[in-house]
Amino acid sequence: MARFLLKRLFSATLTLFAVSVFTFLMFFALPRDPVSSICSKNCNPERLERVRDDLGLNDPLISQYAGYMKGIVTGRDLGSAQGGRCDAPCLGWSYVTNEAVSDTIARVLPVTLSIVIPAAILWLLLGVGLGMISALRRGTWLDRAAIGFSLTGASLQLYFVGAVLLMVFVYNLRLLPVPSYTSLFDNPAKWASGLVLAWVALAFLFSAIYARLSRAQMLETLSEDFVRTARAKGLAKPKVYGRHALRAAITPVVTIAGLDVGGALGGTVITETTFGIQGLGRTAVDAVRSGDLPTIMATVLIAAVFVVLANVLVDLLYAAIDPRVRLR
Amino acid sequence: MSLSPVEGLALAEIESDPDAGTPAAKGVVGRSPGQLAWLRLRRDRTAVVSGVLLVFFMVLGLAAPLIEMAYGIGPREQFQNLLDGFGMPLGYAGGVTGDHWFGLEPNLGRDIFIRLIYGLRTSLFIAFAAALITATIGVVLGALAGYLGGWLDAVINWITDLTLAMPFLIIALALTPTVTLRFYGERGQVSSAFGVGVLIAVFAVFGWTSTARLVRGQVIALREREFVEAARASGVGLGHMLFRQLLPNIWAPILVSFSLAVPQFITSEAALSFIGVGLSDETPSFGRMIYDSLDFLQTDPAYVFFPGIMIFALVFAFNLFGDALRDALDPKSSR
Repeated sequence: MARFLLKRLFSATLTLFAVSVFTFLMFFALPRDPVSSICSKNCNPERLERVRDDLGLNDPLISQYAGYMKGIVTGRDLGSAQGGRCDAPCLGWSYVTNEAVSDTIARVLPVTLSIVIPAAILWLLLGVGLGMISALRRGTWLDRAAIGFSLTGASLQLYFVGAVLLMVFVYNLRLLPVPSYTSLFDNPAKWASGLVLAWVALAFLFSAIYARLSRAQMLETLSEDFVRTARAKGLAKPKVYGRHALRAAITPVVTIAGLDVGGALGGTVITETTFGIQGLGRTAVDAVRSGDLPTIMATVLIAAVFVVLANVLVDLLYAAIDPRVRLR
Repeated sequence: MSLSPVEGLALAEIESDPDAGTPAAKGVVGRSPGQLAWLRLRRDRTAVVSGVLLVFFMVLGLAAPLIEMAYGIGPREQFQNLLDGFGMPLGYAGGVTGDHWFGLEPNLGRDIFIRLIYGLRTSLFIAFAAALITATIGVVLGALAGYLGGWLDAVINWITDLTLAMPFLIIALALTPTVTLRFYGERGQVSSAFGVGVLIAVFAVFGWTSTARLVRGQVIALREREFVEAARASGVGLGHMLFRQLLPNIWAPILVSFSLAVPQFITSEAALSFIGVGLSDETPSFGRMIYDSLDFLQTDPAYVFFPGIMIFALVFAFNLFGDALRDALDPKSSR
């Protein structure tokens, strides 16, 4: 177990390293001078040169990369123009927003978490529940309705669903305020009412995919011998279906869920754009538009960290769910 | 997923088949797995309906210039005289009239119907091109990785993991302007064909891994079978082994993954143009239209519906058809 974890974490680190190198090369190979987009027209050449020096753009690429990595691990000193000392998870200084990138991230990360975590709980419960029920009631109207729901949901686009939800609940019925983020700890009611549309939109689309997947898996499991054996030796239906069958059927769902949740935590770009909420995804989009390199780097890296960690977690969960899986 | 179960099931179908080949053939009619799949597909009502719908969409897309001629309005023509003082289209449902079937865009006053037709053309073209390229790369690399194994397999696996870890939307968002700048410089007028090309290239770079993974798994399952061994013993080359021996055995899952990849690329293209990447405003695109319509949710609600429903119908038809194709090719699967 410990050995497996070590091995897995090592390969995860390797992946993250590769992502960071790739992103770094991609953005620093930009033909556009990252500085000129920061300074508007009336920017004198001296200041331009100083900024370039502060950002370390005159150093060779390798030492730029090494400096960046050192900043993440131990923190580093950026020039006085960049807020001086930058502490341990130092992601650099943004000349566009004029603050340390780690501060920006610390501000927008809770927003994305507040969108994704409740939505993920909702879509997993709804999706797996619906899939299970329709597999157990195969061929009934309930099954057909569930299939119809998942087929429709899987083909709908988030921005369209989001736009319709906004139109109905915010602009026409005026039941909900225009979506916005308030901290959960300041005002839970406002937190929920500001984000509920985003949860519903995400959960609707994702649960469609999960319902479909878990229905297929459940049907396959129900036809297996061990389920019949369990029924034959007199175990109650809820126990057979809930404990034995569900456990075997859910493994592929866990894999997909890990990827989806990990990916979504890295920024729900479309959701945040549709509802106008400033989370990690919107920040990344804004950073790309304004050529804010340190922020782009940081958002891509964080998204990669989430995906990679989610994958490690999925591997561990596998062992917990399915005793046939041995971690080596 | 070997095809032998298909052939096993085939016997039962041959008996019950109403239009069985020539009248002279009694009892057993020989049919290839492909013919069987085609028969099953033709008998599946969902498949037929969604297939017809898809053909209809493709014809619409291909015939866009003809439709423009018949309709008499171009995608860039503006009808400012039909807008009110605030730039909103006059009349009901966003200015739907006999001349403008789906109404007009607020502010610019362009005709939505003809823009949707051209958007369909772009969308389908990008999706099919991207799906073809990714399928080709994926099949070749996946088959090589699965058959040869060793370091090549390790490298391809690793690249697959890597692309999964990268946030596609953000990377594509950042990469597309970079590439465009490389070719055009700061002030160049970017042609729409170039924008389309860049999008396809980005999809190709990031999209091939899923096909590669699928093909690799299938090839590994076949690698130790006798017919492969026999071919190897008779000394066939690598190309013959991959494309004449292995590939014919796995075309079914590849076809299914291709047919489900197309709607994914349609969605991705719309998502990218929704967050404002790649295609300029000159080129009509579903995602771009929906993004623009978000500002008018209160004042012109009809604007969001036409592109939204259009893309839904397109993706829905593709998904249904892909599922039906899977059922036809692999009757064992329960989805």
